[in-house]
Amino acid sequence: MGLRKFVDKIKPTFSEGGKLGFLHSTFEGFETFLYVPNTTTTRGSHIRDCNDIKRVMIVVVLALIPALLFGMYNIGYQAGIEGVFPAFWFGFLKMLPMIIVSYVTGLAIEFAFAQKRKHEINEGFLVSGLLIPMVMPITVPLWIVALSTAFAVVIGKEVFGGTGMNVFNPALLARAFAFFAYTPQMSGEAVWYADGKTGATALEQLASTGEMQWSAMDAFFGFIPGSVGETSTCAILIGAAILLFTGVASWRIMLSVFVGGLAFGYLFDAVGMTEYPAYYHLLVGGFAFGAVFMATDPVTSAQTNTGKWIYGFMVGALAVLIRVVNPAYPEGMMLSILFMNALAPLIDYFVVERNVARRKKLIKNVK
Amino acid sequence: MSKNIKLRKGLDINLAGKAEAILESAPMAKSYAVSPLDYENVTPKLLVKVGDKVEVGTALFFDKNNPRILFTSPVSGVVSAINRGEKRKLLNVAVEPDQQQTVKELKVVDAAKAERSEIVEMLLQSGLWTRIVERPYGVIANPELTPKAIFVSAFDSAPLAPDYNFVLKEEKSAVEAGMAVLARLTDGKVHLSARYGNEGYMSEVKGVEYHTFSGKHPAGNVGVQIHHIDRIAKGDIVWTVNIQDVALIGRLVLGGKLDMTKTIAVTGSEAGKCCYKRVISGAAIESLVKVEGNVRVISGNVLTGRKVSADGYLTADANQLTLIPEGDVYELLGWAMPRFHRFSVSRAYFSWLCPKKEYKLDTNLNGGERPFVVTGLYENYLPMDIYVSYLLKAILVQDLDKMENLGIYEVLPEDLALCEFVDPSKINMQQIVRDGINTMIKES
Repeated sequence: MGLRKFVDKIKPTFSEGGKLGFLHSTFEGFETFLYVPNTTTTRGSHIRDCNDIKRVMIVVVLALIPALLFGMYNIGYQAGIEGVFPAFWFGFLKMLPMIIVSYVTGLAIEFAFAQKRKHEINEGFLVSGLLIPMVMPITVPLWIVALSTAFAVVIGKEVFGGTGMNVFNPALLARAFAFFAYTPQMSGEAVWYADGKTGATALEQLASTGEMQWSAMDAFFGFIPGSVGETSTCAILIGAAILLFTGVASWRIMLSVFVGGLAFGYLFDAVGMTEYPAYYHLLVGGFAFGAVFMATDPVTSAQTNTGKWIYGFMVGALAVLIRVVNPAYPEGMMLSILFMNALAPLIDYFVVERNVARRKKLIKNVK
Repeated sequence: MSKNIKLRKGLDINLAGKAEAILESAPMAKSYAVSPLDYENVTPKLLVKVGDKVEVGTALFFDKNNPRILFTSPVSGVVSAINRGEKRKLLNVAVEPDQQQTVKELKVVDAAKAERSEIVEMLLQSGLWTRIVERPYGVIANPELTPKAIFVSAFDSAPLAPDYNFVLKEEKSAVEAGMAVLARLTDGKVHLSARYGNEGYMSEVKGVEYHTFSGKHPAGNVGVQIHHIDRIAKGDIVWTVNIQDVALIGRLVLGGKLDMTKTIAVTGSEAGKCCYKRVISGAAIESLVKVEGNVRVISGNVLTGRKVSADGYLTADANQLTLIPEGDVYELLGWAMPRFHRFSVSRAYFSWLCPKKEYKLDTNLNGGERPFVVTGLYENYLPMDIYVSYLLKAILVQDLDKMENLGIYEVLPEDLALCEFVDPSKINMQQIVRDGINTMIKES
């Protein structure tokens, strides 16, 4: 095949000792993207499952597409543009620069680190790079997108050793960074809308007045203002179906987040702290998006099955708790997931300790 | 009869090239070899030189760490080569067989009446002692110790594995005699585990604690069976013996002389005719199959076997020879393609659509090695109460206490072979476990 010949021809240039040898990892990243490498097993099992991390990540990206497409349309819709296609096109043009900025910034840093460490390029950022623009308000300046992406990748991921070693979900860290460093651009009444049209989001309305101007149906299908990816619970559920069917995301976490959120929603409803139905929590703001795409990040969530139940429940419960009890942050999902990211290793620690205890008990039984 | 133990976790990989129930006799090979590399932690010291005449059962080398452990020749003839690798490391001792086989005289004792020490000495002298595996660590059993129990698995659940009911069809008396020998080696029980519903005559074997298992691979792994029968705790010593090796021991005491003939399954999509063959242990591969093209020859099964060259030899533990295609080819955008011809446990591919399909898998790694990313996957393929990634990470950071606490005594590399197979991060788990075990041995 011609392409293969071309790749083989330029390969020496990029290999160690070649003219562009310093771009070794970058070349390798592109090569393995084009071709599954010809490496064969040398140790251990002679055959291997054909699943790899690239496939896992691409499935997540696929699962994000419904929410992304709807999000683009909704940008136009919220800006008051008539017609499905013009509204989508409007949103597409708004969204595209953010996606490009996020990918370019993030991948550049990833490539640089991989190069420096002589590692292969990790695929994790394929997902993070799409998640970041999807959790930002559409009006956020591009330089903030670039800055928070850089922060998330460097401080959130690379300082810990790269993909697989990070404590916090990079995309959420990017949002948290932007949220706290550039609060005026990220929250309040001035954002979430496009081009001059401003107003409070559903969450803010619920927090301040206890009701919102949209129906639950509107909120479910996503015809409400909000970050690009988060508005349509329906589109997110399509993504969830993909993730669960392929087994890429943990159903334990996803389910328990919703259970935790509902449980606390009903609790606050019962004690009279909220005046809207508990299920509203699952429809508005970033709850569904967080539950499906953020809380289930395998690296930053709990790793043991028992731990996943606890972790998920706490994420959902804390999100609602923050929303209801803390008036300063109408959106609790981001903080709750980040907080539980930090606690996940502790949860796992106790679960694993029980396993250790079972093993130690064995010794006593014998003697 | 004890209750059937049903295992829910695991995976049967349906490969092309199952051995048909036909038994052929392989011709005498041009040479046979005994290799110290077939065992863990053996430092060989030679007892023969090139040109020496040997008989069946003549010791070729011994283990410096434990000089009582002898490695004997499976055939009589002339030592034709002593092959060494880097740093003069002994690879194997090759013997060219005589036309007329002669067997070394051995003091064979009656297992029922003899002292335990006499039985041990007989097994050591015959070389069959090397077939007894000690856990923890999966090394040759230490003859100075007495194990808590001995475990024998009467079935192999690995891909394309031989059916021992067929292999040992004619050997019931040898199996029983072998079990009787094993029973003398431990103060505890000898556990025999068969596959539920395909038990053959195993349930009739006397003097053993009989169990049945049902479920997917690795239900036939003796390590998994131990975990469900009588778990290994810190300080425990148990021994395991492969069922065909039990028959070899049985034949020794019944016939009064060493006979290293065994039946192996020739399997795999590239093996040509897949059937069972009667061979002598350590036979040259060329006497068994014709290797053509870009093929990987595996002495053992595809998950745990050892890669051997076409001019190599069967390993000592082999009950199976598997030939599969090498996978050293590039695949354009493979990770994005539907890949109907490849197998995956993940529904990100489409193997789940055709559960009955026989796959012709090659040796491609199918991706690059990555850090641990996915969670909750490995535990589905190891029916033990062990957190796989935690154990592996403890090994990687060489934390001995953690390794102990997380179950290093209970596993051998073979038990994690399926986890390694399904891992999208392509981590070489069996090697990691082996390294961890070696660290434990060094530190203890």
